Amino acid sequence: MMSVSPGTPTVNIGLLERLTNAIAVSGDEREVRSIVLEEVQSIAEDMRIDALGNVLVTRRAKTSPFLKVMVAAHMDEVGFMIVDEDEGGLYRFAVVGGMDSRLLPGKAVLVGKDHLPGVIGARPIHLSESSDLERAIPVDSLRIDLGTGGAGKAQPGDRAGFATRFQQSGPSLIAKALDNRLGVAALIELVKNPLDHIELQAAFTVQEEIGLRGAGVAAYAMNPDRAIVIDSTPAFDLPVWDAAENYQYNTRLGAGPAIYTADAGTLSDPRLVSHLIETAEAEGIPYQLRQPGGGGTDAGAIHRQRAGIPTVSLSVPGRYAHTPILLARVSDWQNTLALVYHALRRLHPSLLTAERS
Amino acid sequence: MKSLIRQLVESAAPSGYEGAARDLIKELLSLPGSEMQVDALGNLIVKKGIRQPDGLRVMLAAHIDEIGFIVTHVDEHGFIRFTNIGGVRPANCIGGRVRFINGVQGVIYMDRQESADRLPPLEKLYIDVGADSPSSCPIRVGDVGVFDRPFLDLGDRLASKAMDDRIGVAVLIEVFRQMGQSPHEAVFVFSTQEEVGLRGATTAAYAIDPDLGISVDVTMTGDTPKALKMEVSLGKGPAIKVRDGGMLSDPRIVQMMVDAAVRAGIPYQLEVLEAGTTDARAMQLTRAGVPAGCVSIPCRYVHSQSEMVSLQDVENAVRLLVELLNQPLKLTR
Repeated sequence: MMSVSPGTPTVNIGLLERLTNAIAVSGDEREVRSIVLEEVQSIAEDMRIDALGNVLVTRRAKTSPFLKVMVAAHMDEVGFMIVDEDEGGLYRFAVVGGMDSRLLPGKAVLVGKDHLPGVIGARPIHLSESSDLERAIPVDSLRIDLGTGGAGKAQPGDRAGFATRFQQSGPSLIAKALDNRLGVAALIELVKNPLDHIELQAAFTVQEEIGLRGAGVAAYAMNPDRAIVIDSTPAFDLPVWDAAENYQYNTRLGAGPAIYTADAGTLSDPRLVSHLIETAEAEGIPYQLRQPGGGGTDAGAIHRQRAGIPTVSLSVPGRYAHTPILLARVSDWQNTLALVYHALRRLHPSLLTAERS
Repeated sequence: MKSLIRQLVESAAPSGYEGAARDLIKELLSLPGSEMQVDALGNLIVKKGIRQPDGLRVMLAAHIDEIGFIVTHVDEHGFIRFTNIGGVRPANCIGGRVRFINGVQGVIYMDRQESADRLPPLEKLYIDVGADSPSSCPIRVGDVGVFDRPFLDLGDRLASKAMDDRIGVAVLIEVFRQMGQSPHEAVFVFSTQEEVGLRGATTAAYAIDPDLGISVDVTMTGDTPKALKMEVSLGKGPAIKVRDGGMLSDPRIVQMMVDAAVRAGIPYQLEVLEAGTTDARAMQLTRAGVPAGCVSIPCRYVHSQSEMVSLQDVENAVRLLVELLNQPLKLTR
């Protein structure tokens, strides 16, 4: 692995494994929430679960003056909700969050709190006409099959997630829901490694994938001075078919945490962007700027709360986001944790007194 | 007023990076006794007047940001790929020029087209700043710029980039200067990030908690060849907004504006806009809700490099707002 400067917290791969194997489809984040609670409740000065299910944790500052800094990471993941049973263990379902329906047929899923194994059925190639192969199958025509023993086992409203199990392969992490368990795991380490001059307001948020719903109310309640969002963003750093230069990669694996300047929901506070860049350069932490464009993070809801909250996001790059299996680098994850930690360490109330540019 | 407008439209201030416009406005408004504040999102908030028993706290907003560009990639030959900040359309870009807020200028062009009949999307456009490699390029990912087009004075008609909404800013600066003895506490908000979703006005309105909100922004017109059907023309007076794509104006405010125009003999038009919205929507929906309305400056070619307004409409908008603010405003149902 990479060298880490002294005092920097380190990522916990065992914890990430538990977090990614847990299922927390938006609106039913219990499994991840209980892991978070287990990790942080004995050390937090203040912790509560709000009306929407966000876990809001405070680590108090020990010196004065101090800044209240909200650091947010969403606990939820994209997945499915059971709508109705057709017959004999075949269930209609809805997609929760943004997913490409072409990816769904033939995938293993786990349904409900007992993780009943199932599969999203597909027509075998033997029985398909060539014209069938040219079109995506609409979600309405797909079913989750729990097998003949599955009749009556799932209820409308039960969530289902992909059944992918966590693996580590050398420098790479391969799992479902790395978006955003990488952020959750990093935020747990920040809670465990408090800084004397910062009141850390750690928000483990819900319902990000369906519209940043948890983060909005969390930021309203916490009312921080500054906010930093840790998320996961796609890396599409693959060769282009005609060998031209790929200029739409979003981010690149291995190039470090991706700092946001602009996405569909937020124009990051330029003072915080500069602070992250200066921190990375001073600490020798690699970083990249995420390509400005669409998409978004909890920052979109946070920065608009109350009278406005200066906010920035950074993400761990990961290939194949919102599919059953993502691929990320341990080094990018560690460097993301290190960058947020040192950015907090170097953050002083006087540092951001200049007006936003 | 033309030189004020020229100064304002020629400053480069894309959404999220409004510092240049804000500093200029601060300088223009620096009168003794005016209280100025810049908030977390960069809104410039200036108060004038003390609320009398028959007065209200009135928030007046014009946005200081303009549409622009943000760099996504500098390629191996020094060409710059970019995406939009706000409503930038390819048709208004090709062959145009850009000024980055760090001062670098460049030309926008496009990849070779497969077919000449179709406009390329923004991803197929690039900016050429005269560099031939990433290392010789003075621009990096995340840098922002705006259209580079000088002010054009055609007599009554004025054209420039960023009339949307520096013309509203010019109106509010004049209202600030001309407002006489008013029973109201007027809170002038020179707002940020309107073009990307009324973000500055949202947080400013929350903080100010006004009794009444008015935005000053541009609206489209129906008076050009094969224009969309719309009863607003250049030169026929400021437009009193009845509705737009995001707001139904409070009918009491519409009536107050109409009464003020009639009282002072100011020409006006009523505006029903099918699309778009303004900072007034953000004010209307803040906290428990605020009665809101909007005075619009009719503007041709909105979101192009040559947005055109009529100076008469602009001056009449100032008169209308001054007349409105100098009288008590009753919000009875």
